[in-house]
Amino acid sequence: MRFVDEYRDPAAARALVARITDMAGDDHLKFMEVCGGHTHTIYRHGIEHVLPANVELVHGPGCPVCVIPMGRVDDAIAVASTPGVIFTSFGDMMRVPGGDGNLLEAKARGADVRFVYSPLDALRIALDHPEREVVFFAVGFETTAPSTALTLLRARAQGVTNFSVFCNHVTIVPPIKAILDSPDLRLDGFLGPGHVSTVVGNRPYRFVPEQYGKPLVTAGFEPLDILAAIAMLLDQLRQGRCEVENQYSRVVRDEGNPRALAVLAEVFELRPHFEWRGLGFISQSALRLRPEFAPWDAELRYEVPGVRVADPKACQCGEVLKGVIKPWECKVFGTACTPATPIGTCMVSSEGACAAYYNFGRLHREVSVALSR
Amino acid sequence: MCLGIPGEVVEILDHDHLARVEVAGVRRTVNIGLVADEGVHPGDWVLLHVGFAMAVIDEEEAQLALASLQMMGQAYSDEVDAVRSSPVEGGFGPPNLVGGD
Repeated sequence: MRFVDEYRDPAAARALVARITDMAGDDHLKFMEVCGGHTHTIYRHGIEHVLPANVELVHGPGCPVCVIPMGRVDDAIAVASTPGVIFTSFGDMMRVPGGDGNLLEAKARGADVRFVYSPLDALRIALDHPEREVVFFAVGFETTAPSTALTLLRARAQGVTNFSVFCNHVTIVPPIKAILDSPDLRLDGFLGPGHVSTVVGNRPYRFVPEQYGKPLVTAGFEPLDILAAIAMLLDQLRQGRCEVENQYSRVVRDEGNPRALAVLAEVFELRPHFEWRGLGFISQSALRLRPEFAPWDAELRYEVPGVRVADPKACQCGEVLKGVIKPWECKVFGTACTPATPIGTCMVSSEGACAAYYNFGRLHREVSVALSR
Repeated sequence: MCLGIPGEVVEILDHDHLARVEVAGVRRTVNIGLVADEGVHPGDWVLLHVGFAMAVIDEEEAQLALASLQMMGQAYSDEVDAVRSSPVEGGFGPPNLVGGD
């Protein structure tokens, strides 16, 4: 694995850490990684422990499973429990708790809930079962939304009438803006998301330096990518620059994927507002089907309660998602809330900050605490 | 669901922006319409999200992505199981989804 070794080379990592330490000086700096994949890399490789103590990484709201509010899960369960419906979902969403249990429990109570890998699989089920109504539970940022859009175009082109989409797609820019507007957190810069940026490109992030005066560097998923992106942020700060830079140019283009953006625009429009777990209602932060696609819109076809459900009191996912607290600072972390019995969404998805920290990060922490004694 | 999985293009199918791609040790039919502008050929690598190629990548990036995914353990094996269980094998036939060509 020649290439892999190159991106995990300890000497290169040490050199980058030395540069970061040197440039950071005595300032306490906070950078947010927006993407759940980055959070995973950071905990998996113990990156927070090789950085100097005054360079802190805080985890953002970039896990689409984690940000779905409980009320939407209840809506999904209501649709899934409608007689005659086959409700299809990505596996990640099955164990996300709503106010009244999760989809797996709804299945145990008799709802026909099936897990699918792709929205096309859901469409296939609809074609195979013309006597049933098939609903797809669409979640995800701009990484998965184009797939839902293409599936809807196919459903329309083939005149499939027993298929619809319960749309919960969200967009990446509004939560970044919400965090920048939040008084809870002072940030010095962002690691821009990797996969989402392959679709949206780097241009949508320009408001971060232009309006908020913070640098943003789109980063890859290797440990050296993360360290290099942090060094690039520090370079900007030390040189008095503030701009959007692309550390992950081997995959991300500035213009993104124009075809994917075109199908998104054809099928979806922005919702006036959408509730995010922990962040509350954010205007124009989610997608819904355009009126032309009303026949395939599950929210119009089914009775959806649409009730707002407050998170359990003990759960602090909201503060974790905003980067205000670290996973281990939550009152129920690792005790009442574990990956096997999650209370909050951040413990459900493997890209959630709590699950990533539970599975990997705490071991690094224990080792580094032991070493510092 | 959020994981991008690299796959190597084995064969471009004649219609409908479909290609045979070797992903996680199995050959699957996937939709390459969103990267059609890049002139995808057999031997190229693509990054797959829920059954659709979202970006063309080089072999180096593919190896990096695979190595990272394998380190994820359960999350990766769940995703691979999901890919394998996916019934989508093309077979939908025309019409052309992404229009224009």
